[in-house]
Amino acid sequence: MRPTTVTERLAAVRFVVDEDEPHIVVHQELAKSTGTAERIIACCPAGVYWWAPDGTVAVEYAACLECGTCLAVAAPGALEWRYPRGGFGVQYREG
Amino acid sequence: MSDEPDFDVVVVGAGIAGTVAAYQLASAGLSVALLERGEVAGAKNLSGGVLYAAVMSQVFPGFLDAAPLERRIDRNQVCFLNEDGWVSIDYADRSLGTQGTAVSVLRGRLDAWLAAQCEAVGVQLLAGFRVDRLLWEGARVVGVVAGDDELHARVVIAADGVNSFLARDAGLRPRQELGQLAVGVKAVVALEPGDLEARFGVGADGGTAMAIVGDCTQGIGGGGFLYTNRASVSIGVVLRLDDLVAKEASSVAVFEHFIAHPFVDRLLAGGEVIEYGCHLVNEGGQAMVGNLVHDGLVVVGDAAGFTLNTGLTVRGMDLAAGSAVAAAQAITEAVAAGDTSAAGLARYPALLRESFVGKDMRTYARAPRFLENPLLYREVGLLAADALHGVLALDGTPRKHLVPTALDAVRRSPMSWGQLARLGLEGVRAL
Repeated sequence: MRPTTVTERLAAVRFVVDEDEPHIVVHQELAKSTGTAERIIACCPAGVYWWAPDGTVAVEYAACLECGTCLAVAAPGALEWRYPRGGFGVQYREG
Repeated sequence: MSDEPDFDVVVVGAGIAGTVAAYQLASAGLSVALLERGEVAGAKNLSGGVLYAAVMSQVFPGFLDAAPLERRIDRNQVCFLNEDGWVSIDYADRSLGTQGTAVSVLRGRLDAWLAAQCEAVGVQLLAGFRVDRLLWEGARVVGVVAGDDELHARVVIAADGVNSFLARDAGLRPRQELGQLAVGVKAVVALEPGDLEARFGVGADGGTAMAIVGDCTQGIGGGGFLYTNRASVSIGVVLRLDDLVAKEASSVAVFEHFIAHPFVDRLLAGGEVIEYGCHLVNEGGQAMVGNLVHDGLVVVGDAAGFTLNTGLTVRGMDLAAGSAVAAAQAITEAVAAGDTSAAGLARYPALLRESFVGKDMRTYARAPRFLENPLLYREVGLLAADALHGVLALDGTPRKHLVPTALDAVRRSPMSWGQLARLGLEGVRAL
């Protein structure tokens, strides 16, 4: 099979993006001081988190597949993560 | 709370557990609302394995013929994958196709069908509806809150999946430890059915399911899976979070390593990724199951921690259905008796203990501990390959009998005799 990137694989997934209400907030200082930043960047299968050039953790919440892994590996208080509002977010067609 | 709630039962989450519970309750004459945060039922759900459908056939007569299933699994493979090769156990049997209950499913199709069955018996399905929190009256759950809406019910069923914010908020489930959770990363790869059947050696209705361990996770606790759908293959890895974090590995890199492995590459050549997804998996077995009832609240399925990984089978969907059947019966009796307190709902854990769910959770209570052994994820597969290499790779040197050949392989392995003996003994006890 032809190798694919996360971005290419995500392009096959249907998303309904909630432009008004992001469902993820990273608390930068705590995320960095607790090691949460490295963990969520490495663990997220959708590549939602990465290091921005300014040294903060960037978040692309629109690509979130809503698995909850980041919340499980985050230190308490470093990450606010909830489900998107009803009808928004990933909408699997195959599943 | 007014004397008359909006519904007898509000079910949160239209997955397997939620739809089965809603269907049973409405069939018993109760008024039921089924709330689903996805656009449609199934939109948030992802399967990562085979559905063992015996319990579904009890709930929905004719399930195996009527439901939109993918393939009957009549070939099972367990594979120790090494960097340069693999050692497999391959079991195919026609009776698995004719009498077996193992089927592959795609939840987008199955859950829509299940929700339609619910609506047909009077369940009110509300999709695109996110429940924000439980509605309390003192220490009792009396409904749910969603945005500005409040829905009152005699009983709320938390069928909201592995992350169950509802069960957590009610204090029924402690925060899971990292070693009790794994992340599944999966792609659905389209293949033309005839091509698929030729590659996987299955008939027009038959299918293959593979459990893979070793290099698929690059030694991280967990495994790989691959199973055939009608016109696609579901393939992925399940990675235990404690080990993924400890090894500072990237879930994306591990997944991509697996799908590029020659073992996979030859099977999926020319295939196209038509969906990509991920999902948390309970890996803690019986130890993860918290309290199942509270005043006015019941927890079922993944939300309650009902998942079983025995190494050879990974089960969640059948346990979800089994827990829903027990919960629905207990709730029906509790509503009829007019007591939906925790005491009134206590029949649910009692029924569950006596059902296949409770029995199997107890039978495999030691499995998670056994599967933590790191030797399983590298050394065991290498040893098996080395022993077979000694038997099958003739290089002109005189041969030895099987037993001395195997003993030589053990001597070459970094595993000690003691480690190997303990692994075998623990495996026999746990699985």
